[in-house]
Amino acid sequence: MNNGQFDLDVKKHWCPGCGNFIILKTLKKTLENLDLTPQDLVIVSGIGQAGKTPHFMRTNYFNGLHGRALPLAMAAKALNPKMVVLAISGDGCMYSEGGNHLIHAIRRNIDVTCIVHNNMVYGLTKGQASPTSQAGFTTKVQLNGVTSQSFNPISFAVGMNATFVARANAADKEETQEILTKAINHKGFALVDIFQPCVTFNKTNTYSWFKENSYYLEDDYDSEDRETAFSKACEKTPYPLGVIFQQENMPTFHEKTLAYSDKKKTPLIDRERNLTKIEENFFT
Amino acid sequence: MNSSNTYKNDVSIVICGAAGLGIETIEHLLAQIIQQSGYHICATKEYMSRVRGGLNSTEIRVSSNRVRAYIDRIDLFFPFSKGAIERQAYRFTKDTIIIGDTDILKEANKEIEASFIDFSLKKAAKKIGGEVYTNTIVATVIGELLKIDTNLIRNYIKERFSKKGEEVIEKNLEAIEKGCEFAKEIIDNFTIKIKIKPDSTVSQEVLYNGTDMVSIGALAGGCNFLAAYPMSPATGVLTFLAQQQKEFDVIVEQIEDEIAAVNSVIGAWYVGGRGLLSTSGGGFSLMTEGISLAGVTETPLVIHLAQRPGPATGLPTRTAQEDLSLALHAGHGEFPRIILSPGNLEETFILTQKTFNLADKYQIPVFVLTDQYLVNLFYNFEAPDFSKLKIDKHIIETKEDYKRYEITDSGISPRGIPGGKGLVGVDSHEHDDEGHITEDLRDCRKEMVEKRFRKEQEIENDIIPAKLEFAKNYEILVISWGSTYEIIKEAISQISNKKIGFLHFSQIYPLPKKTKKLLKKAKELIIFETNFRNQFAELIKAKTGIEIPYKFSKYIGLSFSVEEIKQSIKSILKEVQK
Repeated sequence: MNNGQFDLDVKKHWCPGCGNFIILKTLKKTLENLDLTPQDLVIVSGIGQAGKTPHFMRTNYFNGLHGRALPLAMAAKALNPKMVVLAISGDGCMYSEGGNHLIHAIRRNIDVTCIVHNNMVYGLTKGQASPTSQAGFTTKVQLNGVTSQSFNPISFAVGMNATFVARANAADKEETQEILTKAINHKGFALVDIFQPCVTFNKTNTYSWFKENSYYLEDDYDSEDRETAFSKACEKTPYPLGVIFQQENMPTFHEKTLAYSDKKKTPLIDRERNLTKIEENFFT
Repeated sequence: MNSSNTYKNDVSIVICGAAGLGIETIEHLLAQIIQQSGYHICATKEYMSRVRGGLNSTEIRVSSNRVRAYIDRIDLFFPFSKGAIERQAYRFTKDTIIIGDTDILKEANKEIEASFIDFSLKKAAKKIGGEVYTNTIVATVIGELLKIDTNLIRNYIKERFSKKGEEVIEKNLEAIEKGCEFAKEIIDNFTIKIKIKPDSTVSQEVLYNGTDMVSIGALAGGCNFLAAYPMSPATGVLTFLAQQQKEFDVIVEQIEDEIAAVNSVIGAWYVGGRGLLSTSGGGFSLMTEGISLAGVTETPLVIHLAQRPGPATGLPTRTAQEDLSLALHAGHGEFPRIILSPGNLEETFILTQKTFNLADKYQIPVFVLTDQYLVNLFYNFEAPDFSKLKIDKHIIETKEDYKRYEITDSGISPRGIPGGKGLVGVDSHEHDDEGHITEDLRDCRKEMVEKRFRKEQEIENDIIPAKLEFAKNYEILVISWGSTYEIIKEAISQISNKKIGFLHFSQIYPLPKKTKKLLKKAKELIIFETNFRNQFAELIKAKTGIEIPYKFSKYIGLSFSVEEIKQSIKSILKEVQK
C-alpha cells in the first residue's frame, strides 16, 4: 500500500462542503486499501460535477460525454480485462441521459463498477430537477414541484437482476468504503448509488436529511435473496443502506464473448491479427 | 412465339419476384456455377423493404469480358410474381425474352415488344413437392441456356442442402431434370443462342460483394471490435464479422443504440483496440456526438457509412450518395477528418483496410462511404495482393511523465494506452496537455485547437490521388466519386471518344491537391452523383472555386445505368459541338 498515490494536487471545482469531496477521499482510500495503483485503473466518467472526479486524482481516465460512460467502459474492459474499470458520474448522467445504457450494462453484466453520486438535483446546470428528485421538489423549472415519480435506481437494478446493487451515504466514510470495496471486488456489474448532499442547489436533501431518512441493513440481512432484496429496494424514507442484492460468480460480458471462449484469457489488445490466415480463409 | 435471338459476349439475365420466394438462392447458385464455368459475372440487386411480398429483382450479367456495372437492358427476364413484368417493362427491348408461367405472362401489356415463352413452372414445381422448387428449375434453365455443365448445379445442390436431408436433395435433383427438359424445349423451339467465351482465369478468381469486402478489409486492418445496431444496408457487415469472432478474435456486439455503438468503439480504441462502426444515415445521425468526441479526444475512429436515401427513414433498401455532406460536417465543433469512398470491390477492401492505419496514425475519425448499390454488388475479381498490407500501429509505451496531449510540431501527440508506466488521461472538454479540463483560453485552448489542425498538414502526405483514365489530354472531363465508378467507366469505354477523360475520386476529403489543376485543364466538366444537390460538386466548388457546369443527379433510390451515363455524356457532346 502506498498512501497518497492517487492524490493530485489541483484545485477542485466543487463548492465548499460538497459531498463529492468526501466521495473522492473515500474512493482513493478504498483503492489504496485494495492495493491498486493508478496504473491498474481506468475511470470512465460522464458530464456533471461528479463526472469531473477523475480530474482530481491520479488515474487513467476517459472523461467522455454526458450519459455515455457505460458503453465506453464496457469496451475498455472487454478489450483489456486486465484493467480495473470504474464508471463514475451523477444521477442526471447515469439515470437520465444514460438510462438506456444502464439497462443494457446490467443485462450484459459488464465487469465494471458503476458509482453514481446521487444528489437528487442537477448541479452543473444550476438547480433543475433530476430523475431522482422527490415528487414536489420545486426549482426554477419545476415551478409547481416535480410531478413525475422519482426514479428508484435500487429497485430498478434489482428488478433487472443486476449482480451487485448497493446504496451508500457519502457522509458515512467507513461504511461507504466497505461498500465500495465489495463493489470493486465483485465480478460483474456493480451499481453503487451514493447519497451525496448538494449544498448549493438542494436545500431539501441535506446531510441531516439523508442521515434521518436512511438506515443500515442488519448484519443478518441476506443480500442473495432477490425477493427480500426487492422489497428492501422499494423502501423509502427511511432508505436502506448497504449491499442490497448480490449474485456472485455470474459470467461477465467479455467472458461470454466468443473471443474469450475456450478459456482464452489473453486481452484482445495483445492478440496479433494474422494476415496470412485472412488470405488463406478468404482468398485461396 | 417468334424468338430467334443471339446474344454475343454479354447477356443480361434478370429475375424478379416477391421477397421470400428464394431469388437470393438462385442468385447465389448461378453466381457460383457461372464463375466455375469460366464466365465473367456481375450481379446487382434492388429490393423492397419487406420480409415477404413486394417485388425484388436481381440482374446477373454473364460475359466474355470483365463486367462490373449495372445496365438497364434485360436480355432474359424471369418474372416470378404478378406485377414483375410491369415494374421492369422500361428495361425491355425487342430482343428481350420473357420466360415464365402462363398466368404471369398473360397480364403483360400488349404493347410490350419483347418475346414471350410460357411454361407451367409452378405446376411442375408443385408436382415435385412445392413452389419452392421453381428456383432450382429456373436456375437450371438459365444454366442450360448458358451451356453450363449440369453437374455443377447438382453438386451445388448436394452441398447446399446437405444438412436438410436426402429428401430435399432428391427433390431438387428432380427439379434440375425438369429444368433441363424446359431448357431443351426452349433451345429446340426458339433458337436462342448465347455465345459467351469462357476464360480459364475466371474460376481462379474470387467472388465477393461490397459487404464482404468492407468486412474482410476491416479484419485485415486489425479490427477486433464492432458494436452495431442493425440497419440496412449496413447490417451485412455486422452479420459477416459476427461469424468471424472466434476465428479472428473479434468482439461483435449488437448494441442498444448507435450512441452506445460509437462510444463503445471509442472506448475500444482508447485501450488499444481497433473498433469499427457500421451504419447508415439515421443510425449515423445518432452517432454524431461521438464523432465530435473522437475529434476533441483525438481518439482514432473508423466509420463505415453505408448510404441510403433519406431524409429520416427514407428508402431503407435503396441506394444514394446523399450523406457526403453529413459525413463532412457531422459532429459539433471543428476537428480534422478523412473521408474515403471506394469505387469498386477491390478498392473497398484496400480502403477499408487502410482506414484503420490512417485513424491510428492521425487520431481522427476516418470514414468509408459506401452505399446500398456497392454493398450488394458482386463480381469476380483477382484476389487482393497481401504482400504490401500492414497493420500499422501507432501506439507508444508510456513513461512515468507521459502527457497524452503533448504539443508537437506535427500536431500528433504520441498515443499511449492504459496499462503502461504513464497515466493516460483523455477528456471531452477542452483540456491541457495532460488531458485535464481547462478554461485557460489565451494559451491552452488556442494551442490545442491549433495542434489539432496542424495534423491536416500531415494528412496531405497520405491523400489518395484522384484516378485519371481514358484521355490524358482531355477536353471533356467526367468526374465521379464512390460507387458509380465502374458504371461510368463502362459507359465512357463504349463511347470511345478521344477527347474524354475520366477523373474518379476515392478520397473525398481532404480533396487531393491536384484537383483544381486537373479540372482547370478541361474545357467542359461533367459530374454524376446519386443525390439531388450534387454534393460533391458543391464541395469541389467550395474548395477550388470551380463550378461544374454539367451536373447529373439521380435521386430515385437507384444507381445510374451504363446506358443513362452514355446518353447523358452523348447529349453533352452534342451540345458542346454545336
